[in-house]
Amino acid sequence: MSQKYEFSFPVEGENFDDAGKVSVEIKRLLKGLGITSDILRRTAIATYESEVNIISYARQGNINIRVTDDNILINIQDSGPGITDIEQAMRQGYSTADDRIREMGFGAGMGLFNIKNCSDSFEILSEVNKGTLLKILINR
Amino acid sequence: MNLTLLAEKLNLMVRCNGNRLGREVSGGYVGDLLSDVMTNSRKDDVWITCQSHQNIVAVSVLKEHAGIILVLGKEPDKDTLEKASREGIPLLVTKLSGFEAAGRIYNLINA
Repeated sequence: MSQKYEFSFPVEGENFDDAGKVSVEIKRLLKGLGITSDILRRTAIATYESEVNIISYARQGNINIRVTDDNILINIQDSGPGITDIEQAMRQGYSTADDRIREMGFGAGMGLFNIKNCSDSFEILSEVNKGTLLKILINR
Repeated sequence: MNLTLLAEKLNLMVRCNGNRLGREVSGGYVGDLLSDVMTNSRKDDVWITCQSHQNIVAVSVLKEHAGIILVLGKEPDKDTLEKASREGIPLLVTKLSGFEAAGRIYNLINA
């Protein structure tokens, strides 16, 4: 019998104090569902980088997860500034982070690149001044 | 190898979760960029860093590190200490540089 689980977590922009909290919660939930360690590792990297992106650049966002027998679909939607040049944003090392963000060890321009590497399918839809939607698919 | 032995050999000071030092350390990773550590460190690694703010704890929990060693005499922020204590991540400190700490730990693990 096929099973499906769905979870949704709000992420508050600018709240660096709790960066990673949602990803830790997601990992615990997925572990509880019996997801294997390599898939857990890839999902954790993808959700963590997405969570940090929302906190760094957006006012508010949501991480939505759908787990089926075949895959894990992660949709991350934020009401941030949007991405002008997606190709440029995807390039390793490119970042628009300010000094404050970089001092904490974020903003190295690795986030989107790492998410892509962890995904079996990855799509970015973005509109300037509206927000960004990341669609990440990880096969089980 | 475990953290108790590493603490003893390198004269590391334990800042929290001293009762969890028996856990096996299978390797290590040195890094101050959180994305780098998220991607390249492994479970049961000891993480060597000079980042002392609270965000290191979530990374360590997600990666299931054996513990964190702060180098160059850095002390964990108050929030870092609280979070690490709560999450069960051992925090240790040393005056050594990252290079020296890593080199010595590498030799001990691979001896």
